[in-house]
Amino acid sequence: MGAAALIADADVRPPGTGIRGRLRATGPAGLASACVIVIGTFAAFFGSLLAPYSPVLTNLSLAWVGPDGGHLLGFDGQGRDVLSRLLAGATTSMLGPLAVVVLAMTGGTLLAVVAAWRRGAVDAVISSGLDILFAFPGILLAVLAAAVFGAGLPAAAIALAIAYTPYVARVLRGAALKERSQPYVAALEVQGVSAPGICLRHLVPNMLPLIIAQATIMFGWAMVDLAAISFLGLGVQPPNPDWGVMISENQTGIPQGYPLPALAAGICIVVVVVAFNVLGERLFAEVDR
Amino acid sequence: MPESVLEVAGLRKEFGELVAVDDVTFTVPAAGSLAIVGESGSGKTTVARMVVGLEHPTKGTITACGNDRSRPARAARDRRRRGREVQIVFQDPYTSLDPRQTAEQTLSEMISLHHGWAADRRRARVTELTELVGLDSRQARALPRALSGGQRQRVAIARALAAEPRVLILDESVAALDVSIQAQVLNLLADIRDQTGVSYILISHDLAVVRQLTDQAIVMHRGQVVERGATAQVLDDPQHPYTQRLRASVPRPGWKPARRPAPVTAGGSAPGREGSP
Amino acid sequence: MTGPGPAPGPAPGSAPESLLEVDHLTVRLRIEGRPRSVLRDVALRIGAGEAVGLVGESGSGKSMTARAIGRLLPEGAAAEGTIRFQGRDVAALAGSDLRRHRSQVAMIFQDPRAHINPVRRIGDFMTEALRTNLGVKPAEAGRRAVEMLAQVGIEDGERRLRQYPHQLSGGLLQRVMIAAALLTEPRLLLADEPTTALDVTTQAEVMAILDDLRRELHLGMLFITHDLELAAAICDRTAVMYAGQIVEVRSSARLHDDPLHPYTAALAAARPDITRAASRLRAIPGRPLSAFEAPQGQCAFAPRCAHALDACRETAPEMTELDGGLSRCLRAGELRGKLAPGPEATARERAEPESTEPEAADA
Repeated sequence: MGAAALIADADVRPPGTGIRGRLRATGPAGLASACVIVIGTFAAFFGSLLAPYSPVLTNLSLAWVGPDGGHLLGFDGQGRDVLSRLLAGATTSMLGPLAVVVLAMTGGTLLAVVAAWRRGAVDAVISSGLDILFAFPGILLAVLAAAVFGAGLPAAAIALAIAYTPYVARVLRGAALKERSQPYVAALEVQGVSAPGICLRHLVPNMLPLIIAQATIMFGWAMVDLAAISFLGLGVQPPNPDWGVMISENQTGIPQGYPLPALAAGICIVVVVVAFNVLGERLFAEVDR
Repeated sequence: MPESVLEVAGLRKEFGELVAVDDVTFTVPAAGSLAIVGESGSGKTTVARMVVGLEHPTKGTITACGNDRSRPARAARDRRRRGREVQIVFQDPYTSLDPRQTAEQTLSEMISLHHGWAADRRRARVTELTELVGLDSRQARALPRALSGGQRQRVAIARALAAEPRVLILDESVAALDVSIQAQVLNLLADIRDQTGVSYILISHDLAVVRQLTDQAIVMHRGQVVERGATAQVLDDPQHPYTQRLRASVPRPGWKPARRPAPVTAGGSAPGREGSP
Repeated sequence: MTGPGPAPGPAPGSAPESLLEVDHLTVRLRIEGRPRSVLRDVALRIGAGEAVGLVGESGSGKSMTARAIGRLLPEGAAAEGTIRFQGRDVAALAGSDLRRHRSQVAMIFQDPRAHINPVRRIGDFMTEALRTNLGVKPAEAGRRAVEMLAQVGIEDGERRLRQYPHQLSGGLLQRVMIAAALLTEPRLLLADEPTTALDVTTQAEVMAILDDLRRELHLGMLFITHDLELAAAICDRTAVMYAGQIVEVRSSARLHDDPLHPYTAALAAARPDITRAASRLRAIPGRPLSAFEAPQGQCAFAPRCAHALDACRETAPEMTELDGGLSRCLRAGELRGKLAPGPEATARERAEPESTEPEAADA
């Protein structure tokens, strides 16, 4: 039993529970992750502008040339500057997962809250529906989507979002049920606040720490899955500078002795995903406290 | 004869096979105060929840301010109107407030719900309410986690009063408070009743609190009303054996606990909870 | 008569054998990463077969005192002072000695469900200490458990042993806890608000069981509660705590009519009376504080005390012995007899406005 819990009713402020306080509480690893994420986000929006050279202009005479002068990471198999391509590729690599997360979190939260609020038959139906959806791994759905709608980022992102929704809903349903059974919700009902009003203005805000933690971790999953989908040729199409695409394009260089282009893209993915995972885990830990 | 603000007749509530409330009838006059006394399993909380609309009776009628509320409210407008008739303050100060809202924000939201007033007028009313319950401006702007149990209950009372109800149900509202704080809140409740003319329904197992705050009382046991009358009379001269036992169980100077003669015996092996105490 | 008083021991002339001796107990907990005092210089004596009540509100430190005695302080707690049980220093115990200590000092908690494993049977729970700490054979342990259940009024013990906690009501489960606690034949019982979560009729029943068994088995008991009258009902002496300190120790019979500390009197006066409705309750302004919130170097209760003088805000009072009891009040002697409201005081109050406004202040 925590020490604080044993001091009943002391008028003591708990440690910062605002955003800054939460971040500080995640420790140095959490802060480092947050920095990586900020850099990645910056690159996502300004990458193309920051790229020192053209990310798309090919020059086969420079294929596989190593780092040289202003070209810190050398050239890829098509003679394009790797660094510029990485920076430009940050856009789809970061925004693709973002779209997946936004869609899945919105859908999942909606389903979780409706199931928790209505309980009974509605909850049973939603839960069963989600259970069925669970059976479909994200990549499988993306492949199906590509078969139906043709390869491309939008179809892949939507398919992934659909596959992730049941995870979100399951995690949030528990929290929503717990909040819903609190006396303050009953007090709001007695006041006459409408059900959507209570859910939007009170229930969801009180689940925010969990929602943010879930979204953070989910970003990492989505990034890996989307990169894999693009690697398979079903997501972002070459010659677009997406990190997943870059791995696919440059994998032939590895046995030839030019691992850097593929490796650089892979490392970008790994670093960003790890950062999201670490921060997400820390945020989850904060929620449980 | 003062008009009655609340009339409950033949109230019955079944949860599957369990009869939680069986044929309960009572009336609360304007500016009156009624205690519903009982222990766990008596049905008193279920009665409160039905009056306030969180549960719906299997049979029977509930009428508040002349409006029937035995069936669920259809329209949002009706729900709000019912909110302006009967309000409730719950027992646990730690879970009865939205943890993310300050007292001011909560009160402001409730006022907006019931009145379409401009920001100034709302602010003034918020201040009026916080002063009424004895909260200073620092406390009104604090989040619940920075407030003590007694302060939180004051916020809960202010929130209930924001709807300007005719009836306020106090569901063990002081049971979780320290003795010295309980006294402050009881005094506050008495003051509020004097100032606003609201009627109280006090749900409680604590007979001393019941004596202090209410004029009339009904005693519930296993879903039924076993005794009713003026609080003073019910407590000083209980007629029903259960009321007598309740009265005799209250610690006081010189009191010595006595064991009941019959020990707990085996019942059927039902899956639910077994045995009385 | 002031000065460092003696430790609050059993009334002179009564059972001299000392079961528990607590001296200068100070406990600090880590709250928000900083060490905070929750107990300050607590001293207590319990004689063999004697029941002592420990009464206080939130933050008084009553639960923490019991935990310190039972060696159940939370992680990161720093304790100073000595706790001697049957002459041995409790803090120094380890290993098998500590296990034996636990079978000698049994603790009963407020919420039995939080302290019993829901997936094990009652029988397992009850006999565990006997089997593991005292090496009793399972069959024998079971037999003793059934006997003890009968003692607490549960006749069909055999059947109960096979049941799970969720199948028993709160009152029944608390009786089981008491039975389990008594199985190891402890010498001292620490009961932390054992009846607070129970209905009042159940409470009376459980209190009666506790009282009977304690006397029969000649056990010492520390009974913790927020209810002054409840403590007085089954305890020989009652200690009152405020802000991590003991402020009064008194024989239970005299506590209500002749309290020695203003806080005790105020606490009793703040309670509504079941025999009459007061025009206004005598509330204590402000709210009860923990040790680390209370002002230092002075009487912790002074800011809320109706009898406080300047001296009370300048010096920390020591325990004063008075009429066989103890009081941590500088004015204990002169206030003697004036603290409990007599009929004249009540009549005066009805005529004059209440002096304890504004109550809004801190709670």
